Amino acid sequence: MTEALISAEALSVAYGPANLVLRHVNFALQKGEIVTIIGPNGSGKSTFVRALLGMIQPASGTVTHAPDLRIGYVPQKLHLDPNLPLSVSRFLRLNRKLSAAQVGELLARTGVPALAKSALSTLSGGQFQRVLLARALAGSPQVLVLDEPTQGLDQPGTAAFYRLIEEVRADLGCAVLSVSHDLHVVMSASDRVICLNGHICCEGTPLVVSNAPEYRALFGMGTGGAFALYQHYHDHGADHPEHAHEHGEACDHDH
Amino acid sequence: MIIDAFVLRALLAGVLVALAAGPLGCFVVWRRMAYFGDATAHAAILGVALALAFNMSIFAGTLVTALAMALIVSALAGRGWAMDTTLGVLAHSSLALGLVAVSFLPGVRVDLSVFLFGDILTVTSAELWAMAGGAVLVVGLLIWRWEALLTSTISEDLARSLGMNPARERLVLTLALAITVAVGLKVVGALLIAALLIVPAATARVFSRSPEAMAVIAVGLAMLAVVAGLVASLIVDTPTGPSIVSAAAAFFAGTLGGAAVLRRKRFP
Repeated sequence: MTEALISAEALSVAYGPANLVLRHVNFALQKGEIVTIIGPNGSGKSTFVRALLGMIQPASGTVTHAPDLRIGYVPQKLHLDPNLPLSVSRFLRLNRKLSAAQVGELLARTGVPALAKSALSTLSGGQFQRVLLARALAGSPQVLVLDEPTQGLDQPGTAAFYRLIEEVRADLGCAVLSVSHDLHVVMSASDRVICLNGHICCEGTPLVVSNAPEYRALFGMGTGGAFALYQHYHDHGADHPEHAHEHGEACDHDH
Repeated sequence: MIIDAFVLRALLAGVLVALAAGPLGCFVVWRRMAYFGDATAHAAILGVALALAFNMSIFAGTLVTALAMALIVSALAGRGWAMDTTLGVLAHSSLALGLVAVSFLPGVRVDLSVFLFGDILTVTSAELWAMAGGAVLVVGLLIWRWEALLTSTISEDLARSLGMNPARERLVLTLALAITVAVGLKVVGALLIAALLIVPAATARVFSRSPEAMAVIAVGLAMLAVVAGLVASLIVDTPTGPSIVSAAAAFFAGTLGGAAVLRRKRFP
């Protein structure tokens, strides 16, 4: 376990002195691994990923990258001003030199081969995410990091997007670190799921996590109804007496 | 026809402002900073008052106050103040304060309309050199930072993931804006500088397929507006600054009208 691609030790992140978002998180991403981070809104998922990528400075603790690590990053859905004329091809070339053939290849790989000349502002949500993914793949990354990549996609769109990520991962053999609350779709593909709420509540294979009492406390009891999957009951059950709140031994946060 | 020296200087001054305003205006449009530009420009009047009071160059006074205003606004925005309200308060209070400050100056009979609406026909050679320096600096800054500025404009997260610093790029734009205000004060005046930033860029959008094309076309349109406004003001004796902005506005209206007609022809 020494050759982790990205690892964090006792990582804490704060927005201002009184606002500790992440407390003492230990984490390691191994080569080729698919890890999904889940957690309710405000649980620090995106903050965690940003700290791992070095986009924000930790309050304490360390983040270590493997030497010369190549990371492909898919940001949360961006809001482009329609007055900015930008073709897909120019977007892929931002801060990067790519030939027309390479652009075509990247777009073909993500299933949108005909879009090179299209304006970014005219794409549908699903097409846009595929273009973002194509951009992330440009440097043949060892790690693909996706921050809520399927926000705003419908169910079939989400499923198709995750299938695509699995294909890409099979091709490149890269590790995938994604942030999500679309649990059921992601979970089937993940080696490991980390349930985050300021700290790591529980982690393990999808099956282990979905049966963990901490996970149920955060996301509701049922696994059948879509409502339960998207509605996040958090605050650790403080306002939700209907969710019996049991914690495992490892779960050591305050209330 | 012999072109008088003052007309030639006016023309050059206008071209210099257009050079800086074109690409910077594009960023103002893309990042929705129109009101930000207004606030920075209005602060220039306060700079004029300070420059007259302390007997320093108006170019320097304007540059300093515009920069101070832009930095204050950026800092407040960073603290999560509602941008729209903050800018509304700052833009108008700095304008009012500047006007009041100028009226306090003892023994100075200042024609304020010169600073509010510009007076391009009285540009001196010395001013022209300062404007040229400013315009070159702005264009140089924007070209140097272009890729990072564009990436930060599209997505700050994406920029950060590429090791860029979006806060620094914002500062670059803030600086460029303050310089452009100082350059443009004598040409179109504090009240209309924002128009010269926004109107040509908005018009250029219709013709552009790439950000770079939009910046270049905006420069061209701004230069055309300068020439048209200057010529019109000489022929029909109208104030030059407002004539230039009116010309830019006419191009905008004509372009949008033309585009609408073309669309209807294509999809009847």
